[in-house]
Amino acid sequence: MRYACFALLLTWWAGSSAAFDIEESHSYPAGASELRILSTADQAVFDPILRSFQAENPEISIVYDVAGSTGVMAAIQDEGALYDLVISSAMDLQTKLANDGLAQAYLSEATARLPAWASWRDMVFAFTQEPAVLVVNDRLFRDLETPRNRAGLIELLRGNPQVFRGRIGTYDVRRSGLGYLFATQDSRNTESYWRLTEVMGRLETQLYCCSGEMITDVASGDLALAYNVLGSYARVRLKDTPGIRVVEMEDFVSVMLRSALIPMNARAVEEAGLMIDFLAGMSNRPELVQATGLPPVSLDARDGDESVLRPIRLGPGLLVFLDRMRRETFLRSWVSSVEQE
Amino acid sequence: MNGSTLSIRRRLVIQLALVAALLSVAFFLTVRGVAGNATEQTQDNILAASATSIADALYSDNGSVRVEIPYSALSMLGTVSEDRVFYHVILDGKTLTGYDDLPVPEGQSRPGVPLFDTYSYRGDSLRAVVVTRTLAAANQPRRVEVVVAQTRLGLAAISSRITTTATAIGVAFFLVATALSALAAQNALRPLSRLAEAMARRGPKDLRPVSAEAPSELAPLVGGLNSFMSRLSAALGRSEDLIVEAAHRVRTPLATVRTQAEVVHLQMEKPQNRQALRQMIRAIDESSRSAGQLLDHAMVTLRSDHLETEIVNPADLLREVVDRLGPTADLRDISIRLDLPDQPLRVRGDPILLQNAVRNILDNAIKYSPAETDIAISLSGDDICRMTFCDQGRGFEAADIARLPDRFSRGTNVGDVVGSGLGLTIVTDVARAHGGSLEIATDPKGGGACVTLVLPCC
Ligand SMILES: Nc1ncnc2c1ncn2[C@@H]1O[C@H](COP(=O)(O)OP(=O)(O)OP(=O)(O)O)[C@@H](O)[C@H]1O
Ligand SMILES: [Mg+2]
Repeated sequence: MRYACFALLLTWWAGSSAAFDIEESHSYPAGASELRILSTADQAVFDPILRSFQAENPEISIVYDVAGSTGVMAAIQDEGALYDLVISSAMDLQTKLANDGLAQAYLSEATARLPAWASWRDMVFAFTQEPAVLVVNDRLFRDLETPRNRAGLIELLRGNPQVFRGRIGTYDVRRSGLGYLFATQDSRNTESYWRLTEVMGRLETQLYCCSGEMITDVASGDLALAYNVLGSYARVRLKDTPGIRVVEMEDFVSVMLRSALIPMNARAVEEAGLMIDFLAGMSNRPELVQATGLPPVSLDARDGDESVLRPIRLGPGLLVFLDRMRRETFLRSWVSSVEQE
Repeated sequence: MNGSTLSIRRRLVIQLALVAALLSVAFFLTVRGVAGNATEQTQDNILAASATSIADALYSDNGSVRVEIPYSALSMLGTVSEDRVFYHVILDGKTLTGYDDLPVPEGQSRPGVPLFDTYSYRGDSLRAVVVTRTLAAANQPRRVEVVVAQTRLGLAAISSRITTTATAIGVAFFLVATALSALAAQNALRPLSRLAEAMARRGPKDLRPVSAEAPSELAPLVGGLNSFMSRLSAALGRSEDLIVEAAHRVRTPLATVRTQAEVVHLQMEKPQNRQALRQMIRAIDESSRSAGQLLDHAMVTLRSDHLETEIVNPADLLREVVDRLGPTADLRDISIRLDLPDQPLRVRGDPILLQNAVRNILDNAIKYSPAETDIAISLSGDDICRMTFCDQGRGFEAADIARLPDRFSRGTNVGDVVGSGLGLTIVTDVARAHGGSLEIATDPKGGGACVTLVLPCC
């Protein structure tokens, strides 16, 4: 499966002091100048983007290294690894890099066209908006009413414990940075988050590291539903995976913004800027959007606050859940809710 | 008014512009000061609110102090600007959570009162606040300091925006104020320049009082001017009167003296006595002529000052004068030819003055011509009317021509012809009063004199 490892890369950052490991390294040799990219996204996902970029900039060779979000953080923050561009789905970590002075500002026409919420300090530039969704098993839900919001989901789970016991999947927020991001945003956005976690815990919810495995298990029928799955990924899987359905909640949908930044010690700053411009203009390249399955930041989008879709806001608010003590407390509550026996 | 260091307007404008510049600078400094303080105050308030909300989230759990930083505590700092944010929570001097190298603002901190400081951290200038709380945990008082700090880029951006705006407004104010003060100066000085213009427009002999309205500041000046002019014109009038009076008084007794002298002359037998008497008679003639011409000249001057005009046909004028002087010409067998156009011409002027002028010209032509000659008078013109008198007499001496119109100036060619030297002066004055001129030339063919009076037609 092309995207099989995609979510694997969103590994947990908690064991952060561990030295960073490059999970994959790919090189796209071309011209004299070299652009070194460190990314959390699978090379298979990014391959069309890199090739298309190179077609337009034939003088730029690319080295594309893949690491988990924690690894990326460690590489830039602690080890001073030499990269020209960092692409990550961990918005909080990207924000922290920019806040702590490890990123450099970049300005161009393309970045100026981005909506205000899609960039921060002219350092972090979002180029996709990927919602968290509910993925359900189609066959099982033929007889059940599909929940439209979290209150409805709680009611459904409570009403049918025999159906759902042991057949609910969600991120293990201790291991998955993205899971933690979605969970903390949920806890901020709705009162019912903790009730939902409690109910899911009582029904012996299965914990996963990655969206991919959850979807596979929903498709096979091992899981009845999976909560907070990365929507962009689920939609791509829809095409070749029968038996699953993607449900967007109607109370609110957390939207993760995949973002890029130029580290302070970058060498090929100009080339990195070209890549940021390229990514910022993704909405004008429908064929790339099609090929990668990454929904681009739409340039004419308004601030998501008014709609159900809530792009997670880039900015110092994201530092809160990175706070050591806050994280500890959150995880303690979460564990006690999820692991009840 | 230009260039002079004494220009009132320039001095006024410069002084007003200086005042405007001072006010602009004061405005600029005030706005920047006030607005700068306000924005700094705003940042301080948000920082204090943030630190306080973190402090409020402190709690003790099983004897240990913990803090659950509220989302809003940091996100509120990101709403106004995209500044870097740092925080540090310290329990009894040891880091509880946050950036453990973030310094605590120095100063006398009191519980509950936020203490602010500005320092440099990680390469940026930070505004920091510390809020101190005392907490009881495990029956022991614990002292917690919450430090929140933010870079000041947003502040700098706002303050540079304010500076730009204040500068723009200050400059605009200065320009407008200067332009207005220039206008005001011009306005204030308008009566003065109006007065100056009115005075400049006046003819050299216009001694009427100034009638233009003058502001109270100029009233003494105008009053002084008017009284000066009235004294001047009175003095001139008196001297004019004196001449008329004198001429008049002299002429009558002279006529008597001349008659007596002629009678005596007839009775004289000795040739030297007769010669003496002839000289006496001639002197009397000259005196009498002078008195008459002086009288005429005084009249011309007077009427020229207050010219009362009507439409005059120069042909009629010429005919009249020729009729008047015809007998004098006949005495010497001089025939006068009048060459008049078919079309009537029109000249605007004072008929008495014009008549006087034409008479003087024709009088000269007769006087300075030998007997049995012709005088040709021709009239022509459409825009400009030309009356030319050509005689067959002695003509002008070239050297004389320029000075002949002067008062009492006679040519070297006069011989024993009696005259006062005022005739052409009168003609010139009349011509000038009517916007015309006098041309004097010697006829290149006949050698006689050609005198042309040029007047504008209407
Ligand atoms: N037609 C003329 N031919 C020759 N000389 C002339 C003629 N008219 C004027 N003059 C010269 O110009 C001079 C000035 O003339 P003007 O009429 O002013 O004085 P005047 O004839 O001498 O004295 P009066 O005041 O009695 O006429 C004369 O003295 C004479 O020399
Ligand atoms: Mg004369």
